[in-house]
Amino acid sequence: MISKVVRAALAVAAMSLAPVAAQAFEPENPECIAPANPGGGWDFTCRQVGKTLQDLGLIGSTMQVTNLAGGGGGVAYAAVVNKRGDDNDLIVAASSATATRLAQGAYPGNTMDQVRWVGAVGADYGVIAVAAKSPIQNLTELMDQMKDKPSSIAIAGGSAVGGWDHLKVLIAANAAGIEDVRKVKYIAFNGGGEAVTQLLAGSVQAFSGDISEAKGFVDSGDIRVVAVLSPERLEGDYAAFPTAKEQGIDAIGANWRGFYAPKNMTDDAYNFWVSKIDELYATPEWKNVMKNNGLAPLDLQGAEFEKFVSESVAKIQQISRNIGIIK
Amino acid sequence: MDTLSSLADGFVIAMTFQNLILALLGCFLGTIMGALPGLGPSNGVAILIPLAFSLGLGATPSLILLTSVYYGAMYGGRISSILLNIPGDAPALMTCIDGYPMAQNGRGGEALALSGFASFIGSFLATWGLVLLAPQLVKIALAFGPAEYFALFALAFATLGGVSSTNQAKSAFAAMIGLGLAMVGVDTQTGVPRFTFGIVHFYDGIDFLVAIVGLFAISEVFIFIENRHGSADAEGKKVELGRLTPSWKTFWGSFPTIIRTSLVGFLAGVLPGAGASLGSFISYSMEKRLLDKEGTFGKGDPRGVAAPEAGNNAAAGGALVPMLALGVPGSGTTAVLLAVLLALNITPGPLLFANNPDVVWGLIAALFIGNFILLLLNIPFVGIFIRVLLVPPRILMPIVAMVSFVGIYGIAGSTFDLVVMVGFGALGWLFRKMDVPLVPIILGVLLGNNMESNLRRAITISDGDWSVLFSSPLSMTLWAISIIGFVLPIFVGRFIPKKAKKLPETVEEEVSN
Repeated sequence: MISKVVRAALAVAAMSLAPVAAQAFEPENPECIAPANPGGGWDFTCRQVGKTLQDLGLIGSTMQVTNLAGGGGGVAYAAVVNKRGDDNDLIVAASSATATRLAQGAYPGNTMDQVRWVGAVGADYGVIAVAAKSPIQNLTELMDQMKDKPSSIAIAGGSAVGGWDHLKVLIAANAAGIEDVRKVKYIAFNGGGEAVTQLLAGSVQAFSGDISEAKGFVDSGDIRVVAVLSPERLEGDYAAFPTAKEQGIDAIGANWRGFYAPKNMTDDAYNFWVSKIDELYATPEWKNVMKNNGLAPLDLQGAEFEKFVSESVAKIQQISRNIGIIK
Repeated sequence: MDTLSSLADGFVIAMTFQNLILALLGCFLGTIMGALPGLGPSNGVAILIPLAFSLGLGATPSLILLTSVYYGAMYGGRISSILLNIPGDAPALMTCIDGYPMAQNGRGGEALALSGFASFIGSFLATWGLVLLAPQLVKIALAFGPAEYFALFALAFATLGGVSSTNQAKSAFAAMIGLGLAMVGVDTQTGVPRFTFGIVHFYDGIDFLVAIVGLFAISEVFIFIENRHGSADAEGKKVELGRLTPSWKTFWGSFPTIIRTSLVGFLAGVLPGAGASLGSFISYSMEKRLLDKEGTFGKGDPRGVAAPEAGNNAAAGGALVPMLALGVPGSGTTAVLLAVLLALNITPGPLLFANNPDVVWGLIAALFIGNFILLLLNIPFVGIFIRVLLVPPRILMPIVAMVSFVGIYGIAGSTFDLVVMVGFGALGWLFRKMDVPLVPIILGVLLGNNMESNLRRAITISDGDWSVLFSSPLSMTLWAISIIGFVLPIFVGRFIPKKAKKLPETVEEEVSN
């Protein structure tokens, strides 16, 4: 019943578009695959970008969001590579987690050059936080204690071991001079929310996550951010957070959010998506979405983005080798 | 009083014509989605998100529509459990155990009506709990660390004997299979894939919905195909619809159960790692332990229908507490709702009540309204739903198969899931032949992962010291209850069966009906 309504709406939208479509590439049925169940970050990326693109009139019809969950994004990746390699109407939500899994070979048989990387719509910089009542005041103290007595600090995060929340801590620990990062005690929870809850409950001593996950609890005074892993201090509400860099620990960890597209989509189509994401990124409406969700600037599209992804894949491979996740 | 005046403001927001229509629409669609196997509350909500966005609804109307779907689906899940022995969604699993036998005994109408009332009271109490206690309840969630969660899951398994009345060894065997299946997928504590055989579809583990629909719905179809040439189809079931409303005696007999299980369900819902399925499960096994002195549970005891329904609907309300107050989803559905809030630029969390009071109180008022609408929708509908029993199996079963395939394909758009579902159907058929209960398998799949992760988190945090599992008063209490729940029935059942009858609750004489 509902799908009928949607379909009717799509049909109407498509008809009104027909004259425009004759001029340049215009997707008939724009579709965004969220490679996870509804409710996660990828789902959010698709829905928010789809909604804003439509609100701004950058695409003529409703972006259909398809949830293709499985394998931490691997099912969707394989499906795009194998089955929908020439689909011009399709983009797929991706993030650092996608790059991490590609780097670690967690999508069996797939590599990053099997798709085209479209662009980023922002980045969630990593934060390391402690409970408000913790005696630890800054990142240096936290890292010193981890050096002296690794077992006394358990760090909670929302991703699995080897996942992005884990790697961020290791990047910081590495930069702080901790040689054997395998001693760092990381506890994996189902999502950042659960991890913060356990920090508040006192089960763990520190939390590694994205800034958007921590924001609500910082505002309420429950947790203290000891470091944000950005190159320089963020703007607005976030300006109060010290960076790791200014504390002498040169660690940067950004969870970017963006899109990839099928490898064999036409150049017209690829350019269409790259330019739309670029236009979207420049609008005040998107800036507002970014502000409300704690997304920091990361303005990379097309070839630049492709290069960025390949560099981060290489870096993650190196860390993963150090901690023994890959050989 | 502050709370009550805020709530009154909320009613002002929610009581507009548009919002009432949205609530009605949401409740109606939710009930249908809940009743269809495979389409649970979280899919239901997810499917309607684009509608809410494309209608250009604001924050409060969108939330009213989507939470009505959520509550509606929690109501709807029981319908197929009772009429077809196929749970419409995971929390409705326990309703099958007594609901289906009631329908077979010609009391399907009563079961539907009673469970409708139980659902209503469960959600009604839970919504009040949400109004009055949300800020305080957060502290309960904070008292649960990994060790306490592990003890809670252990409690659930210790009372497993309550689930199936037949052969305890077979129950245990089924639970083991479920736990084993739960291990499939990437292990979050080490990042290593287990039992995936290099197949990427297994990396996220086995979706319990696929298992439920396969084990219950598809195996039902297989059983039907097998008996096709036999007498079963030829003469058709002699179905008696029976009365459509429960007698006062039945209702009052179940009333204490409903109140108790609403409380238990609500608390289970408040805990982010537990959720509605655990709520309905513990509700059922608790009531069975307390009341089942004559062995009527599992054979169509109305209290066995009331308990899980009050429990799971109360848990649905309870799960909104951590979602709103902490920004931590307590279940799959609240995770979807959380995403909707974020998409509407509302940040749930400790400051939500202070920053967006209109959204919160409008939502809570809408929950009350939705709940009344659902009661009003569901009671007259009993007469319509119950006619499903009159549909001859040769027509009903193909529909069940079709709905199952569409529903499961809809979850992730994956044909692989369909293959797994049919595999589970074959397994379910085999187990039914061998009289192995199917419910413990699902419980194993549902709870196994959480139980394992929490055990390992606790042990990792304590550097391998197992005593951490018994170190807090809360975890010791939970262990004590599990041990009592596990051991006591063995002795009570064996040596002093008469003595237990002195308990006041057992005065009810449901058996005589």
